[in-house]
Amino acid sequence: MSFIDKYEMVCGVETHVEMATKTKIFCGCSTEFGGEQNTHVCPVCLGLPGVLPVLNKEVVNLAIKAGLALNCEIAEFSKFDRKNYFYPDLTKNYQTSQYDLPICKNGWLDVMVNETNKRIGITRAHMEEDAGKLVHNGETIMTSSSSGVDYNRTGVPLLEIVSEPDMRSIDEVLAYLEQLVQIMDYAGISDCKLEQGSVRFDINVSLRLKGTEPFGTRTETKNLNSFSSVRRCLEYETDRQAEALDDGEKIIQETRTWDEGRGMTLSLRSKEEAHDYRYFPEPDLMPLVIDRDWVEGIRASLPELPAAKKARLQSRGLSEYDAGVITASKAMAVFFDQALAKIDDAKLLANWVMGDLSGLLKTNGRSFEDSPVSPEQLAGMLTLIKKGDISGKIGKNVLEEIYNTGKDPETIIKEKGLVQISDEGELEIIVGGILAANEKSVADYQAGKESALGFLVGQVMKATKGQANPGLVNKLLKEKLVQ
Amino acid sequence: MTMFKSLEELHNRLVKKEISCVELTRSFIDHIDSVDSQVKAFLTVTADSALIKAAEVDKKIAGGESLGPLEGLPMAMKDNMCTEGIPTTCGSRILENFNPPYDAAVTERLKAAGAVLLGKLNMDEFAMGSSTENSGYHPTANPWDLESVPGGSSGGSAACVAAREVPFALGSDTGGSIRQPAAFCGVVGLKPTYGAVSRYGLVAFASSLDQIGPLTTNVRDNALVLNAIAGHDPKDSTSVPFVKPDYTQFLENNVKGLKIGIPDEYFASGLNSDVAEVIQKAIRTFESLGAEIERCSLPHTEFAMPAYYIIAPAECSSNLARYDGVRYGYRAEADDMIEMFKKTREKGFGQEVKRRIMLGTYALSSGYYDAYYLKAQKVRTLIKQDFDRAFEKYDVLLSPTAPTTAYKIGEKSDPLAMYMGDVYTIPVNLAGLPAISVPAGFVDGMPVGMQLISKHFEEGTLYKAAYAFEQNTAYHHQAPALLKEVR
Ligand SMILES: [Zn+2]
Repeated sequence: MSFIDKYEMVCGVETHVEMATKTKIFCGCSTEFGGEQNTHVCPVCLGLPGVLPVLNKEVVNLAIKAGLALNCEIAEFSKFDRKNYFYPDLTKNYQTSQYDLPICKNGWLDVMVNETNKRIGITRAHMEEDAGKLVHNGETIMTSSSSGVDYNRTGVPLLEIVSEPDMRSIDEVLAYLEQLVQIMDYAGISDCKLEQGSVRFDINVSLRLKGTEPFGTRTETKNLNSFSSVRRCLEYETDRQAEALDDGEKIIQETRTWDEGRGMTLSLRSKEEAHDYRYFPEPDLMPLVIDRDWVEGIRASLPELPAAKKARLQSRGLSEYDAGVITASKAMAVFFDQALAKIDDAKLLANWVMGDLSGLLKTNGRSFEDSPVSPEQLAGMLTLIKKGDISGKIGKNVLEEIYNTGKDPETIIKEKGLVQISDEGELEIIVGGILAANEKSVADYQAGKESALGFLVGQVMKATKGQANPGLVNKLLKEKLVQ
Repeated sequence: MTMFKSLEELHNRLVKKEISCVELTRSFIDHIDSVDSQVKAFLTVTADSALIKAAEVDKKIAGGESLGPLEGLPMAMKDNMCTEGIPTTCGSRILENFNPPYDAAVTERLKAAGAVLLGKLNMDEFAMGSSTENSGYHPTANPWDLESVPGGSSGGSAACVAAREVPFALGSDTGGSIRQPAAFCGVVGLKPTYGAVSRYGLVAFASSLDQIGPLTTNVRDNALVLNAIAGHDPKDSTSVPFVKPDYTQFLENNVKGLKIGIPDEYFASGLNSDVAEVIQKAIRTFESLGAEIERCSLPHTEFAMPAYYIIAPAECSSNLARYDGVRYGYRAEADDMIEMFKKTREKGFGQEVKRRIMLGTYALSSGYYDAYYLKAQKVRTLIKQDFDRAFEKYDVLLSPTAPTTAYKIGEKSDPLAMYMGDVYTIPVNLAGLPAISVPAGFVDGMPVGMQLISKHFEEGTLYKAAYAFEQNTAYHHQAPALLKEVR
């Protein structure tokens, strides 16, 4: 009996999102990524004796925004608590976080998995400060004779989003995470640069026999920062748990870590010796009272979120697949919408955005955010195609020209004389000349050899440097050949 | 200069050029040199930087510029307030070599007011204690009797003002740490409303209770210093944006019709009868001045002490977690990280600090939180409500500041007996109220302090009552014998 038939996975995820504020959560230091070690620090984020935190209001704005985007209730009364534990990357040896009264709770996300809709509950989302980073002078903590600490990241605001254990397959987990990250990106909560660690996932997973109610014992794997790691980790961990259960072993409730290189999870610490964090209300910060006007103001500023955008694009004639691809990236979606405002042909636009322009950007290692071709330029070029001024084939060249020179499509066409020849009289003369020069092909065609037509079209295009209107050329050729 | 009358007098002498600021400063430094070997109030004396600052003030005077009321006047600060580049040890070995890279808000404000810092003052380690015997360095002596304690934890601040080593000092008060030593040393000590003075740069003991306040030889001086340090600070989220009055405007020597409540619970068993008598006499003084005196009740008073000894240690266990040897201060040698944490804390902290960290850690640990911390917070609410009810009727509540006068150094070895010394001051911190201790008499030659308590942000009312009392008594004119010898 295979795993799939026997067990069902139960998974919940805690997602840490670094919020896109310019300054830290409790002081004015920069949140910029990188930078010389310990340069984005001050007495407050270093937790020096006597310093006090001052809450950055922008963090609260973003937390409320995220909560609204995740269909959460925004607490009217919320507060910060101290989570006490010792570690050198923690300047105060406690983390200022939110415990029993988080700012957001009881939300949900709808995700599509195998063409069925699945609602994943969001238990809560709360604000907290990030910790610093240990820097070992050797390969690992075990082989280093000493370690330093970089506190640049200390105090960067985090939003911890805790899901319900609602996910039953790896695809559901991935669909949830991808949509979650998309929403954080769209709403401007975070820059969502996974490779820089600005989004990190803790995966809680357990197995239970199919058809049974009670949850099995779960493990928590900390700090995954890519979708592929999540997938591999879940594959490994569910296999591991299934094997253990099959062998009659007990799963230990524990914290595990993902070893990317070896492709396996490793035990970090068991919950038996789990920390008692001694949470208590942070006495240095006043409780957070959020009035409804504040929330409504932010609700009004919420941008269109991916699900709504996708539905709108479908209503404009895009297939579900195309709408999905375009909304998957905020930058592409924004570009698409700006172009769509200038050309009322979503399908044509989608083909070019997803096809030629994407390809062009990809080969040059760029993204839609810094595309040298503006949405207006692309729309302008497509308008010329629609009008029949240029062919699609010329369009490809024009797009490359725009990309390389930044010039507008009309200018390029004029300068290069690329305007399509749609004048029947003019084309008739050219076609006549080609027919006269290729008597053999004419004879072949008239003898029933269809492919000869293609050759003749090619000759006309060649003679006109590709500028002849292909439809018109076809029509004229056929007319003349049957005469 | 040791027998100066007031800050105003010193200010006038500077303005009239009877003395230069350098001379004034030097005379206080000389006095510190002659008496502090006995009093031991100072941990650090900053004579050099003080004289440089004084010379700057002299330049201003020579240039005909006007001086602010505290400008050029010497002062000292409890060693738990950060002073940029000047050691700030909090009375603890664990911060022995800590020179903060920044100033506390009060330091900034006093600098802005032009006051001249003469040094940092001894205290019970991390402000935990009621006698200044718990300093990681040395005990401070009471200037009225060098064998007695000055009280604590701001013992250095009270003693140095009593010995006239500086005309004013700042202390901090978490459970009575300004008022109790002020009472023991015969000086005026104010614990302002929680939120009236910024805590930014005050090394935290118990964040929800700590408050900085002035210690002076008289009430007017106290109001002048509060003028300089009070007010909203955006760097302290618990600091309240309130309209700060000129506190000297309340000093009018008139308490006619002032309603004073005398809480029964503050005169119960445990109060030394001689101290009780002094306070009764003080009450009669107020009566004779036309104040309306009435007995009242604060029924939850007996629960204040146990609630305090849950809340304060809980907060301190968290506040003191940062002293781990990783970033600054003392670091013990060890083979690995966890051992280093442990040894640093074992060797760096004294007994009383460890005791309270243990208490607080226990009270917050899972399974005990509801039984201790949460319950203590509920008691705290009841105590606040007691006061709210009382202040519906009274302008001021009057009590002894401490149940006894200063005891001998080493006399109280049982920590619980020591804790009882703060029984009248602790409820005020739990409720976040302002309270002042003023000299009210003597028992066997040792000062007795009277505590006046008022509503939030009613420091003015306290000054008004205290000033009237002071103007009609002569206790504050007496000085310790030590000074007569020096003179
Ligand atoms: Zn900072």
